[in-house]
Amino acid sequence: MNKPLIEINELGKVFHRDTVEIRALDGIDLSIHAGEFVCLMGPSGSGKSTLLNIIAGIDYATEGEAVVLDTDLSSLNEDGQATWRNQHVGFVFQHFNLIPVLTAFENVELPLLLTSLSRKERREHVETALRVVRLTDRMEHYPRQLSGGQEQRVAIARAIVTDPTFILADEPTGDLDAESAREVLEVLSTLNSEFGKTIIMVTHDPRAAEFASVTYHLDKGLLTKTVLNGSHS
Amino acid sequence: MKIPIKYNIRSILIRRVGSAMTAVGIGLTVAVVVVMMAMVNGLDRTFTETGDDQNLVVLREGSLNEVNSYFTRDAFETVRFLPGVMRDEENEPLAVGELIVVITHPRKDGKESNVMVRGTSETGFRLRPEMKMVEGRKFRDGLREMIVSQALAKRFENFNVGDTIKINRVDWKIVGSFESDGGAYESELWGGYQDVAQVWQRPIFSSILVRAESLEDAQAFIKRIEDDDRIQLNAVSQRDYYAEQTVSSIGLKALAVFIAVLMGIGSCFAIMNMMYGMVMGRQPEIATMRALGFRRRSTRASFLFESAVLALSGGVIGCALGSLFNGYSAGTSNFSSFSEVLFNFQVTPLIIALGLSFALVMGILGGILPARRAAWIRLIDVLKE
Ligand SMILES: Nc1ncnc2c1ncn2[C@@H]1O[C@H](COP(=O)(O)OP(=O)(O)OP(=O)(O)O)[C@@H](O)[C@H]1O
Ligand SMILES: [Mg+2]
Repeated sequence: MNKPLIEINELGKVFHRDTVEIRALDGIDLSIHAGEFVCLMGPSGSGKSTLLNIIAGIDYATEGEAVVLDTDLSSLNEDGQATWRNQHVGFVFQHFNLIPVLTAFENVELPLLLTSLSRKERREHVETALRVVRLTDRMEHYPRQLSGGQEQRVAIARAIVTDPTFILADEPTGDLDAESAREVLEVLSTLNSEFGKTIIMVTHDPRAAEFASVTYHLDKGLLTKTVLNGSHS
Repeated sequence: MKIPIKYNIRSILIRRVGSAMTAVGIGLTVAVVVVMMAMVNGLDRTFTETGDDQNLVVLREGSLNEVNSYFTRDAFETVRFLPGVMRDEENEPLAVGELIVVITHPRKDGKESNVMVRGTSETGFRLRPEMKMVEGRKFRDGLREMIVSQALAKRFENFNVGDTIKINRVDWKIVGSFESDGGAYESELWGGYQDVAQVWQRPIFSSILVRAESLEDAQAFIKRIEDDDRIQLNAVSQRDYYAEQTVSSIGLKALAVFIAVLMGIGSCFAIMNMMYGMVMGRQPEIATMRALGFRRRSTRASFLFESAVLALSGGVIGCALGSLFNGYSAGTSNFSSFSEVLFNFQVTPLIIALGLSFALVMGILGGILPARRAAWIRLIDVLKE
């Protein structure tokens, strides 16, 4: 196997709240390769979101290193991180986080405003992304006019519209009913299998984990178990 | 701006009540400031807009005002035939001797006020082309007729065309009303010189208005009057004369600035309060955009812009409200002539521009801190909620 996309060595994270130190992550070693569908599981407070945020470049490690796409994330400043995120990361949040005053189309277009694409090119990209999540007919709708599942699919379209290297999702089905959750997971799965997107997803839901190729279990900041899903390579 | 403008506009529009209240609050502040500027401007304009550099006002030496100037008819004969005075078609000098008297007359609000009466003749109109009859006709000397400015007619009792008024125990008939481009003459009644001199028993002149052949002749004329030992008179250009008369608007200006600053600070806090609410309520949106790759400074610019738009919309409301006072006429006392001076509130494009800029400044000042707050939200904290 070639060089991993994400290499995490001896990674630790300590939060300081007032005088108390909270250890969120402790000595994590992890490699994630291109094309993997990774699932992070573990009890509440085990550090899943913290790890995801560090990989995403919105938080930083206090020990060890996280090298993503050959970039040591601790070497980037705020603005550097922002640009890096825009270029390489697609985000999917538990609460969808669509901008309520923007239509589905405009929400998906948002990250493209940071690129040098022309208006016409942006439109094409947005339409393609919305086609992937099968929502081209809802382009002009505002988030409040969409169901939860549709909102999350718009969010996924927004995450993939810049054609990022990987997609990070923190409990993407946490706010959804079973049916909508399945739709969202199927879209993610398609992105992984057909478009070769690397996906890292935090979830509590064992059924969600079934879509992944590998599942890492965290407990109290430690990596405790790795499960390879037989159906994937 | 990286974050689209429609994001800000729609965010303002969607919070209808809060935004409208903030905008109206700013609007009222701007309206007050616009009206005050219109007032100061109107007052200043009344005198600075009156006069012509080629026209000269001749007064008794030492007098600064027609009201307390007087000299004999001989002096008038000397002055009008001095070199440099323009002649008309009949080779008569373009010069008019005038007599000013001050009367007391009831205003429509029940109080009494002093008003200036100018005894003049046809040449007086000729030298003042801004004088325009709007109703009736000019007075005829010898018949005890007067004409009155429209502005005075609105403000005082019995000054309407057709009215007869008793002044100095004599009946006068109002036969016409006039305008003079908002200038100083709009605070006056005009009648025939002979009538005024006779009724007030003053066979003298208060002032002479002459037209010089050219600007150079005007300067030479001023010098000549000063040097002439036969007459104890002074000449100044008509424009300089009225510039001197200006009712000091400094007090008003100071008051306007004081009110603008005070209300401006209040409005800044109103905007700040609204914008803090906007930022706090939209933290997840801000965090999301930051996560998508928008930088801190884009966030800051976006909220500063939003604050400016909000304030500017208030500015538009304020200027619209303030413009309703355009042309509103008011009176004040002129302390050099002890008579009532009328002026019209004047809302000019410059005042509108100042009003909008004032709103913009309030928007930016009020928006700075909230915008900074928006730029400094902690992503991980907000995204977790
Ligand atoms: N900003 C923070 N400041 C202080 N402590 C924090 C902060 N963020 C997380 N923690 C702590 O770090 C630990 C790991 O938190 P994290 O959010 O990564 O857990 P998680 O596995 O995602 O939990 P959940 O399943 O509930 O989302 C917890 O003990 C938490 O209290
Ligand atoms: Mg979490």
